[in-house]
Amino acid sequence: MTIATPPSQTPEANLSLQPTGWLKYFSFSLDHKVIGLQYIVCGFLFYLIGGALAGVIRTELATPISDFVSRDTYNQVLTLHGTVMIFLWIVPVINGGFGNYLIPFYVGARDMAFPRLNAVAFWMIPPSGLLLISSYFIGGAAQSGWTAYPPLSITTPAMGQILWIVSVLLLGGSSIFGGINFIATILKFRQPGLKLMQMPMYCWAMLGTSILVVLATPVLAGTLILLSMDIVAHTGFFNPASGGNVVVYQHLFWFYSHPAVYIMVLPAFGLVSEILPIHARKPLFGYVTMVYSIMAIVVLGLVVWAHHMFTSGTPPWMRLFFTIATAFIAVPTGIKFFNWIATLWQGRLALNSAMLFSCAFILQFVFGGITGVALAQVPFDVHVHDTYFVVGHFHYIVYGGTVFVIFASIYHWFPKFTGRMLDEKLGRLHLALTFIGFNLCFAPQHWLGLNGMPRRVAEYDPQFTLINQISSVGALLMAISTLPFLFNVVISMVRGTPSGPNPWRALTPEWLTSSPPPVENWKGAAPLVHEPYGYGGPPGVMDLNQASGRDLWRNEP
Amino acid sequence: MRIPSAILTLVVGMALVLLGQWVANDVNLLPESASVNAPVYDELFRVLVAIGTMLLVGITGVVIYSLVRFRRQDGDSQDGPAIEGNLSLELFWTAIPAVVVLFLGIYSYDIYDRMGGMADLNGHGMAHQTELASVRHSEPDDENRIWGGIAPAKSSGDVIPVEVTALQFAFIFHYPEQNITSGELHVPTGQTVELRMKANDVIHAFWVPEFRIKQDIIPGQPTVLSFTARKAGDYPIVCAELCGPYHGGMRSHVVVDEPDAFSNWLEANTPATLS
Ligand code: HEM
Ligand SMILES: [Cu+2]
Ligand SMILES: [Cu+2]
Repeated sequence: MTIATPPSQTPEANLSLQPTGWLKYFSFSLDHKVIGLQYIVCGFLFYLIGGALAGVIRTELATPISDFVSRDTYNQVLTLHGTVMIFLWIVPVINGGFGNYLIPFYVGARDMAFPRLNAVAFWMIPPSGLLLISSYFIGGAAQSGWTAYPPLSITTPAMGQILWIVSVLLLGGSSIFGGINFIATILKFRQPGLKLMQMPMYCWAMLGTSILVVLATPVLAGTLILLSMDIVAHTGFFNPASGGNVVVYQHLFWFYSHPAVYIMVLPAFGLVSEILPIHARKPLFGYVTMVYSIMAIVVLGLVVWAHHMFTSGTPPWMRLFFTIATAFIAVPTGIKFFNWIATLWQGRLALNSAMLFSCAFILQFVFGGITGVALAQVPFDVHVHDTYFVVGHFHYIVYGGTVFVIFASIYHWFPKFTGRMLDEKLGRLHLALTFIGFNLCFAPQHWLGLNGMPRRVAEYDPQFTLINQISSVGALLMAISTLPFLFNVVISMVRGTPSGPNPWRALTPEWLTSSPPPVENWKGAAPLVHEPYGYGGPPGVMDLNQASGRDLWRNEP
Repeated sequence: MRIPSAILTLVVGMALVLLGQWVANDVNLLPESASVNAPVYDELFRVLVAIGTMLLVGITGVVIYSLVRFRRQDGDSQDGPAIEGNLSLELFWTAIPAVVVLFLGIYSYDIYDRMGGMADLNGHGMAHQTELASVRHSEPDDENRIWGGIAPAKSSGDVIPVEVTALQFAFIFHYPEQNITSGELHVPTGQTVELRMKANDVIHAFWVPEFRIKQDIIPGQPTVLSFTARKAGDYPIVCAELCGPYHGGMRSHVVVDEPDAFSNWLEANTPATLS
């Protein structure tokens, strides 16, 4: 562990062990900031691949017959799309990427608790991702969807399915290493004097997420190992032909994969809680209730999995229990949203790209949450389960929620990463295109599901052609929207306006150092921030250099 | 003169309720309703749409209002008020979603019960099924219940049993009493049909959007689904569980006939028995 290295030794140690300059991003770097950016850039490359796969899906669905790719290929493409987007883009970027970059700053540490484990966790990702994608070229990728339900996953070509399993196992392992590291860093590497209830909210979000990762991912690993034995050794865990039970697989799979949706969205909640107060110039509203709701989501999130199985022949008591548990997740989730809106209320909102992406997230997630609560009601779900309605629901959550937050975060932290600002005009163009494209693509899918279009099909009833074409146009807009973003990142990196250390006048510790920060995060002692959200005061009196407005506010009637 | 904010809030609230009602009742988002339990389903759906619309439009309105009203002027570097929380407000918006989901839960439980969903459907063999049906029979409020959807049916005795076999990539319907085997399902209006379903290879799902019912067909675990058709017509049967390359093409029809026409169909298709 390098954290305790005295400053005088750092430069030589660096020179001899680690490449500098851009090469360090291709090295086994132990610097949490380098690793964070490695996660983000690597994840983004996979996002482009996943996006191209989505393009194939939407092109196929522009016509009601199967005419663009073969039916086998279509199922491979949709399996790869789901797996890449979840395991190689969202989970690594929202956890590993921003988590690694920010958590050590937030707890006042110079690196993560286990820097070497950290680097290992990252370097497991590119090979697993390449393995997954290469399976397409060696005999065809898996065809059973990202859920890999047996017996379909047992009867489709074995090679692709096994490579899928190995790759997901490696990615799960990487995620567990990351989770352990975050828990250790947050609980044990906090600066002396920094109390738990003074941490920035993202720390709480990552603590909750990592607990879920550590509890749930091993279950997925075990399940997939059993599945692979069914495939290669012809055991009968899930194979009804040998006395196995297919529904047991679904229980085990969703025991991980429902928490997984919170693994994808809780960190996004955390990031939004960092972004909004800064650009609204107000404290985060309701810190304590925010913390409790995160923990409530973690606990409830572990006991709702069977809401994915309402048509799987589950017994009535189970359906009743999981309806109630699922619907109750809306309570802590709702609290967080109302608190964010209260944070905006009466603020002084800078309508920049970071803020606008965050607000789009709020609206879209609320919609996804509403359809989610509806889906929790068994009688409603029975009709729309496994239809495009569900596809609409979870894209509103995962894309409209998490991906929008990833973009908001990139606009927000790019100055810290590079020392230069992103261009605002291009940023808003990016926002407008993504917002319109996204809603055009996914809102109509709810109607499709209600009216009879199942999910995961390459061909459909011709009466749905028009709506599918609208959806495909939306997808095209989304694809186009990445161009201004990429262009923006490239030119801003070279000649964006220099940002200085703290362009947003923020109070959280990552801004209290140069941009980009030095290897040891702060020259000299790490700042001890007791009030990460201490913005605000009566108009005309306060400014950032003065004490926080908390005392004044306390004295008001 | 300024309008007091309490009145404004009230007016906005009422407008939201009206909007929710309007969307729920006058915007048709569902396909035709052709089974006895479909109207029950649609009732729940309208409640969900009304609540959902109010929440979505309300929250969107507040966010957009804040973005416009509280936006920062260029060159303004002041902070907003240092409000860090407000316990009663936070309790208030903990209570609201809690009440809403509690109400929804109870309500949808009731709907589900009326659709017959709370009965055990993992029939452990047919013997158990008939046993269940007889238990139902003795229930006092039998008359008022709308059976259909997911459970053993209104036990008027004349349930039409149909054996459904799902395989890659077709449904096969067998009428055991007449020994008819068919690729499409024929049922009469007003009479309960009980589908006894099994899968030969992988998981499939039986879905008739116009009936608002769906049930997975699971290899190694027979399932039962019953419904009562209400309107004559020809409706799609759709496989809703990914089952392989031709999953999208795994479709069939259910033809709902008036009882007379249905008897004719039965007669015409009953295979001649070798005597
Ligand atoms: C308000 C909270 C939420 C509720 C009540 C809820 C409820 C549900 C229900 C009942 C289903 C099953 C639908 C079906 O397959 O028939 C579902 C599916 C799904 N939800 Fe949510 N959800 C919520 C939030 C989320 C979040 C936060 C995420 C992810 C970040 C998410 C991601 C998904 C995904 C990925 C699926 C589909 C999985 C699949 O079958 O492939 N949901 N949700
Ligand atoms: Cu779930
Ligand atoms: Cu199918």
